[in-house]
Amino acid sequence: MINLELAKKHQETFEQTMMLAEHMMRPYSRKYDKEEHTYPKEMEEVAKLIGGARSAATGGTREPIPAGTVVNGGNMGAVVGLFGLCWGDVGLFLGMPGSGLGNAAITAVGTPEQVKKYGGSYAAMCITEPGTGSDSANISTTAVADGDEWVLNGEKIYVTDGQRCDTLVVWATLDKSLGKAAIKSFIVEKGTPGCEVTRLEHKLGIRASDTAAISFNDCRIPKANVLGSAEIATDAEGRKKAFGGVMQTFDNTRPPVAAMAIGVSRAALDMSRELLKLEGVELKFDKKPVNLSAVEAELCQMEAEWHGARLLVLKAAWMADNKMPNSMEASMCKAKAGRVGNNITLRCVALCQSLGYSEKYLLEKFARDSKILDIFEGTQQIQQLIVARRVLDKSSSELK
Amino acid sequence: MTDTATDLLFDLTLTDEQRMNRESMQRFAAAEMRTLGKSVDAGDSPAQDFYPRTAELGLTLLPIPEALGGAGVERSPTSNALIFEDLAHGDMALALGSLSPMAFVNTLLDQGSDAQREQYLPLFCAGKFKAATTALLEPRATFEPTAPATTATLHGDGYSLSGTKSMVPLGMEAELLLVIARLESGDSAAFIIEGTPLGMTRTAEANMGLLGAQLATLTLDQVQLPASALLGGGAFDLQRFIDLSRIGICALAVGTCQAVLDYVTPYCNERVAFGEPISNRQSVAFMIADIAIELEAMRLMTWRAAARAEQGLDFHEHAYLAKLFCSEHAMKIGTDGVQLLGGHGFCREHPVELWYRNLRAIAILEGIASV
Repeated sequence: MINLELAKKHQETFEQTMMLAEHMMRPYSRKYDKEEHTYPKEMEEVAKLIGGARSAATGGTREPIPAGTVVNGGNMGAVVGLFGLCWGDVGLFLGMPGSGLGNAAITAVGTPEQVKKYGGSYAAMCITEPGTGSDSANISTTAVADGDEWVLNGEKIYVTDGQRCDTLVVWATLDKSLGKAAIKSFIVEKGTPGCEVTRLEHKLGIRASDTAAISFNDCRIPKANVLGSAEIATDAEGRKKAFGGVMQTFDNTRPPVAAMAIGVSRAALDMSRELLKLEGVELKFDKKPVNLSAVEAELCQMEAEWHGARLLVLKAAWMADNKMPNSMEASMCKAKAGRVGNNITLRCVALCQSLGYSEKYLLEKFARDSKILDIFEGTQQIQQLIVARRVLDKSSSELK
Repeated sequence: MTDTATDLLFDLTLTDEQRMNRESMQRFAAAEMRTLGKSVDAGDSPAQDFYPRTAELGLTLLPIPEALGGAGVERSPTSNALIFEDLAHGDMALALGSLSPMAFVNTLLDQGSDAQREQYLPLFCAGKFKAATTALLEPRATFEPTAPATTATLHGDGYSLSGTKSMVPLGMEAELLLVIARLESGDSAAFIIEGTPLGMTRTAEANMGLLGAQLATLTLDQVQLPASALLGGGAFDLQRFIDLSRIGICALAVGTCQAVLDYVTPYCNERVAFGEPISNRQSVAFMIADIAIELEAMRLMTWRAAARAEQGLDFHEHAYLAKLFCSEHAMKIGTDGVQLLGGHGFCREHPVELWYRNLRAIAILEGIASV
């Protein structure tokens, strides 16, 4: 039966995360924005409290769902929790132990042994390279089998939490000439000889979260640390499936990133509405939009966009909870929430004028933090590409 | 945030009844409405020949209590929104006309008195199309639906109505009309008007679109009505009426925009330029992706407002924001639909220019299409 209100348990999750956000994150927002690369130790307490929500981007249970049953499970809980936590602070959330996207990959494709050993670790994801961004099939970091080990060589950048994590999930190719099918992901424990953090980036926003460059020089890891099969598919179907499996991680991680955009843009809207209220501007939802003042109309429009984006996120997560393929919906919500989140936070700065631009308030920070959410886990344009291919029924060679 | 905790799960699954009903609505819309809608718009077919055929859908019959001759299925704003969506996929103008009697019936069920229900509702159960409508809009820039200028003053045992109503669906044919006016006290009221009483003039409108809905202007010049014509016998919850109508208008937008998407998709896949389908180009493909994305958000916002109304939760703000969202994006989708077909889209051979004209009305329409 159609109902788009949150289940009671998720409403409670949301309220709890809002409390944490307000009392345990916001007080540190400015501090760690200023002290880039400093580890926000106060967040360990928050991470402990959210415990279960740590599986932020995990796919929940692998059990089949009986017909006729509806599940509001881990995926929905994760995005709802992120609405609240990222209302608090996206940067601090990302800099929190256990929020790493590597966890999502391990949970999604790892063997029971791997999940047991590494699922609870602080796992970061190494995909991007200096010469490879959105075209992740083009990576050139190599993995070569040598006895009981894999030997990794290459350079990775934009590794969120790369400095402070315990574990890395590294994308590497077994043979670049074999294309996508030869790309596998590997679990590397930090401290393994040959694996070194070489640089931390200075960024526009999410400064509380470290973003590392990591190099692999003859880095040797156990054979058992490959995620999924080490076989390289030889037929077209198998090749497609192999890389599709790797990419499927994104179906689980895109809605959470979209949820972060929902959280931060809600924060900007709430703060702007408070500041505007002091000047007598209040939304009453009474007059038709065409009869409102410009500032009221702009606020209303942002509210509408925010609600639309939020529902797309919930739908994608709901589909994942109910084991429905949600590749397109995950991309839809990421594209929409990414751009809406960025638009709202930027417009809120302009609406509040000097107050918006000042570091005295957090509006300018929200506007800086939100930009990354329209970029990582696939830029808006990559999401549009995925949606377009699905709607138009086109392959990646037809619609490039 | 304004979410209200409920004991229900978040769910987008249709009930079996809704699924079956959608199938028959969609079948009817495809077979009876799409082609005819275009022909009506071109002035080649009279819309009044079409409406009697909608009787088979039982649109008004369902929610009327069995005691009054109806099917006694509890009125469901969500199921109604799905019907609006599916019929608009066929043709928005004809959908609006077809659903006008249902909007009248819904409002009577929602806010009418027992005596009024007993008097009027059985008329909608005879298995024939009964033209009825609701009238709120007035022809004035800056018009606010919550502040109609049409007045109802006490006159003898009844009321005297004066004012002008515009964009009234089935306005020329409707045998029963619900007219919204303002009482001397300042409160809003709704009046049931039968036929064309003395002082009321009906004028067919010529608009940029929605020809099939047979929109008309009603001029009321001291129209005398008995006290029993006052809906519910007292104050009318105008905001609730507007909000329930907004859900229906949003659903019309969703159905029409789905029609745009379903049309431009194969067109852009088949249309070749520079040696390959134009949909192989990102500028074209991304426009289509955005249509799909915004359309889905329109649908979810509409469903949410409808489901809240159905659960008895406050839904004013949700209906308001859904209407705002649908108004903006429906027009964007309408104009992108024409853009994607280029010069062909501008020519009336293709339906996209019709959808463009019809979708312009989404931001304007109020007080019709109550779910």
